[in-house]
Amino acid sequence: MEKTTATPPKKLGLKEKYALMTRGLGWEPTYRGADELYDQIKFEGIKIHDWSKWEDPFRLTMESYWKYQAEKERKLYAIIDAFEQNNGHLNVSDGRYVNTLKLFLTGITPAEYGAHRLFAMLGRQFPGVGAAIACQMQAIDELRHVQTQVHTISQYNKFFSGMSEWRHMTDRVWYMSVPKSFFEDAMTAGPFEQMIAISFSLEYLLTNLVFMPFMSAAAYNGDMATVTFGFSSQSDEARHMTLGLECIKFVLEQDPANVPIVQRYLDKWFWRGYRLLSLVSMMLDYMLPKKVMSWKEAWEIYFVQNGGSLFNDLSRYGIRMPKYWEQTVASADRLSHETWNTFYNFAGAAAFHSWAPSDEDMAWLSEKYPDTFDQHYRPRFEWYREQEAQGKRFYNNSLPMLCQTCQIPLNASEPDDPTKTAYREVEHEGNKYHFCSDGCRDIFCHEPEKYVQAWLPANQVLQGNCFEPGVDPEAPGFDAAAELFKYYRLTPGQDNGDYRGSKDEANWLKWKGLAPADAAEAA
Amino acid sequence: MPVIAKAPGYKGDVRDRVENYRGKQLLYVGWDDHMMFPAPIALAVRPEMSFGEFVNEVLPATAYPAHPDWARIDWSRVEWLRSGERFTPDADKSLADNGIGHKAVIRLRTPGLEGLRGTRN
Repeated sequence: MEKTTATPPKKLGLKEKYALMTRGLGWEPTYRGADELYDQIKFEGIKIHDWSKWEDPFRLTMESYWKYQAEKERKLYAIIDAFEQNNGHLNVSDGRYVNTLKLFLTGITPAEYGAHRLFAMLGRQFPGVGAAIACQMQAIDELRHVQTQVHTISQYNKFFSGMSEWRHMTDRVWYMSVPKSFFEDAMTAGPFEQMIAISFSLEYLLTNLVFMPFMSAAAYNGDMATVTFGFSSQSDEARHMTLGLECIKFVLEQDPANVPIVQRYLDKWFWRGYRLLSLVSMMLDYMLPKKVMSWKEAWEIYFVQNGGSLFNDLSRYGIRMPKYWEQTVASADRLSHETWNTFYNFAGAAAFHSWAPSDEDMAWLSEKYPDTFDQHYRPRFEWYREQEAQGKRFYNNSLPMLCQTCQIPLNASEPDDPTKTAYREVEHEGNKYHFCSDGCRDIFCHEPEKYVQAWLPANQVLQGNCFEPGVDPEAPGFDAAAELFKYYRLTPGQDNGDYRGSKDEANWLKWKGLAPADAAEAA
Repeated sequence: MPVIAKAPGYKGDVRDRVENYRGKQLLYVGWDDHMMFPAPIALAVRPEMSFGEFVNEVLPATAYPAHPDWARIDWSRVEWLRSGERFTPDADKSLADNGIGHKAVIRLRTPGLEGLRGTRN
């Protein structure tokens, strides 16, 4: 700043330009004090002594940012147009595949919007200009991801059920409270926790487990539209990951007192992220007609190996592996089975289809999960299939007990025993609270006043809050399921239930000229 | 620390307090060794209901009777757990008098019945 003189050079170098367009934006407030202006950065106890130590590894100015992003948009929309004109949705491996997109659009796209809001707030809160600019760019990136995903998936929405009410459903449908509450937990935390939750734990540590399997699965299953938006956001993701790593190093280097706070944030957000990723685990192992890798393999590569070496690097700051990471490894050959079984049971109240695996699917699962599948999970699927063959597809008509923290049904087994449900219970100010795991219990115990407020979907149904205005749950002949579907805007018999016999399946077979008996073979 | 918040003494609104259940209370029920059911179930019940009524009228309306083991249960041999501890419910007494309060979790064990083909499913 002190270098700006009356005669600037005609053309600025990249570094100078960057300094002028980022650091040059910093000024000392005079009308109001800095503490008042940046009023959220102290209450977490994180100490920052010198914001100028923040290094932005990308040195991206707004000018070049717009240029790069515009170029990516042009390419993306050209491909989406071509995809639509050529009826690209008919090229996917099987109609069942589209259910992964339903899960993506209803679960992940609103979460990207949550990330947009979060980074917009962070950009306002950090006094350091480098950090603020990086957060503002990421806020725009996240909004762009929402838009590109909505536009991409709109072609599928014209032909398949369950996607049209995604925005309405995200605030109401039971399993969507899992990603929703995850982002709301982050957004209501202090700015440093937000940054470590999303930029580091989710983007740096765990995002590969969302993007890599989804995108390689999309390519492998003939979904070129999704591959294209994946590529379009991939370069943004690389920038976000770098921001996450820079952030954590900056905070750790500023003051040794920050280390235990950061460690606790890592413990918490690793565990929350892991529980959230159970949705990805079932996608990999059960929902893809053509499988790319098992959840267990993905966890081994992306967390145990890559994450392990990352934490090895961070150990020089006094940071250790996140608490309970061993449990995630011990449960790697159970997570997807426990999760998919939940959706098989509650398919009646979901906006995508589930199904029992075919013989071929089960052979793959046996091979990938030799220690668990045949012993623990095959018997239930065989029974489900027997019931289906008799025209009695099993639906669980009860409401599940949910974890107070992650809001997932208590479907996790004890870390040392796949045949026992893990129950964790604590008492706080005269009320009982229940959890799926040690990790979720510890998160609650550290901040009970936050999590006592959780809007647990099953409990809200039981309180009578999940019906349209004017509906009386005490009235004679009250049909709770029918009223709940109206509240969800879920069309029963179309959006929900088993894939076999669904409208999606019937359409798919018609478009592809297949007879129903061929369905399993075509997969 | 009860919460990390800017406002000192911040208190959260307890969303599942018993007053929100219109005279009922939350009750969670799990059936051990039947992992085909992915999670325990959540019910809203009147605390003055007898335990016998709960077993004879509420449980049969849940998902559990779909399991082939259900019809074979010998109810005199069922073992009950409350918050993970064995207890002996009195069928004539109310849920409240059986120590089953709001948000209690109770589990049943059905000796000899260990799921589909004995696989704890």
